[in-house]
Amino acid sequence: MTANEKKTLMANACKVRMGIIQSTHAAKAGHPGGSLSSADLFAYLYFKELNVDPKDPKKGGRDRFVLSKGHCAPGLYAALALRGFFPWEDLKTLRHIGSYLQGHPDMKSIPGVDMSTGSLGQGVSAACGMALSAKLQNNPCRVYTLLGDGEIQEGQVWEAMMFAHHYKLDNLCAVIDNNGLQIDGPVDQVMSPYPIADKLRAFGWETAEVDGHDFEQLEAAFAQARRVKGRPFAIVMKTTKGKGVSFMENQAGWHGKAPNDEQAETALSELRAALAGLEAV
Amino acid sequence: MESVKKIATRQGYGEALRELGAAHDNVVVFDADLAGSTQTAMFGKAFPDRHFNCGIAEGNMMAVAAGAAAMGMVAFASSFAMFAAGRAYEQVRNSIGYTGLNVKIGASHGGISVGEDGASHQCLEDFALMRAIPGMVVMSPADAVEAKAMVKAAYEHQGPVYMRFGRSPVPVFHDEDSFAFEIGRGEVMRDGGDIAIIANGLLVAEAVEAGELLAQRGLSARIINMATIKPLDEELVLQAAAECGKIITCEEHSVIGGLGEAVCSLLGEKRPTPVKRIGVNDVFGHSGPAAALLEQFGLCAANIASVAEQFARS
Repeated sequence: MTANEKKTLMANACKVRMGIIQSTHAAKAGHPGGSLSSADLFAYLYFKELNVDPKDPKKGGRDRFVLSKGHCAPGLYAALALRGFFPWEDLKTLRHIGSYLQGHPDMKSIPGVDMSTGSLGQGVSAACGMALSAKLQNNPCRVYTLLGDGEIQEGQVWEAMMFAHHYKLDNLCAVIDNNGLQIDGPVDQVMSPYPIADKLRAFGWETAEVDGHDFEQLEAAFAQARRVKGRPFAIVMKTTKGKGVSFMENQAGWHGKAPNDEQAETALSELRAALAGLEAV
Repeated sequence: MESVKKIATRQGYGEALRELGAAHDNVVVFDADLAGSTQTAMFGKAFPDRHFNCGIAEGNMMAVAAGAAAMGMVAFASSFAMFAAGRAYEQVRNSIGYTGLNVKIGASHGGISVGEDGASHQCLEDFALMRAIPGMVVMSPADAVEAKAMVKAAYEHQGPVYMRFGRSPVPVFHDEDSFAFEIGRGEVMRDGGDIAIIANGLLVAEAVEAGELLAQRGLSARIINMATIKPLDEELVLQAAAECGKIITCEEHSVIGGLGEAVCSLLGEKRPTPVKRIGVNDVFGHSGPAAALLEQFGLCAANIASVAEQFARS
């Protein structure tokens, strides 16, 4: 990864974060915390990893991304808008009556969304069905899915993990956002999912453990994922919930709460400063 | 009814899948460790590369099927009705219903005629659960010929479908060569004007027999096979209400939320008509041979005829 490429990704991630703040603020609801922890991943996926075409969202052979932790829709929507799937201005209609930007991803109304999600644990299963079908169709696409570390408390996730290994879905890559917090508090206090990577390996997956805010580590992990044959690949990424907005970082309270006018302005000014810092380099 | 051959509707399902698989490359079939019972094993034997056992994990299976449908496949997902509609309800609702994806749920072993396994496996709520999902087509065939035709219609239909099949062999009274099935269209099995009996599943054969018993007692009953519970053939129900004046519904399901309630809702709003619902009266089933259970719960020709006679003469 060149320095320039990395800087562009960092700038895009910063813009995704601004979109998360703007949209949840306008909605007066939504989930900024987990959207912010995954913002770097969203930027990486949509500006580096995924083979998708915003001019032709249904293009055959495109890679599929399923947001299994569907409540982080604000992050996905910001990335899709930034990539050109729909106008950036529309982010402000998030969760409004009449808007196509539903509170959780809706494949029927949102360009670039290939699976409706929101009920935790189901997206990863759908991603398995996609990867399996791609193999039957000799479709070279790859299937990606993002799960939360709280989400993996759902038993269905492990049914899906078994399935992916059993059917050797090496075109499937799951990312687990280990930001350590869920609605009721730290994941290890609510219902510990740890050790996450060990569990995945026991289920037959190849794994990589990375810093989810480090683009070089993400790049290496996704490259490794493409090389592995005969089994699915999981990236467990350590992240900070609320990353990029000082007063939201590591606060469970920002899981599902929108910033008010003043908080949104503070957050946006921090992000504008970060962006200006990047562009000044 | 003369002595006719008896075949379980689940067998019609299995045969239809095998024929669909031969005709269409985009058919995939998922099962959850019950492929021998649901009869999807027939498809699996013919097309092993398109039959996927998901193990005992019905929730995952439903969402996997949704993912396959999102890739353009027509995905059939099978288990017992209890687990397909019950255990995996929320996966069906969100990943299949809300998305409107092309998943066809083939649920076998519905109703009390599961028999010896008892209440834990006797699903009497599946019509209610599935009917409540927007856009879901809900059907239950009367014999194996109708089952086969129904499965093929489900393949052609764009969107989610729930089909309930039975475990026990039931009389085959449709002729495979001449029978045409249409989703949402009921079938008049016997004409009559004193009372109308609307049934589905294995109770259609019982209702037809009840019609003969009633004829012997001087009553002319119209017998309707309502294989599609949703969308309901409103025209046929309203016509029966207008021409017969009294209606009985029969289903191997709770009286709550199934065919009976669908008919009552329609009539209540469009043509208030006296109705009696024959079904399982808000209780759980229990173990026993299928035929004995059906009789015990009044899901048999003798009881249908007796309820109908009393109702018609009241």
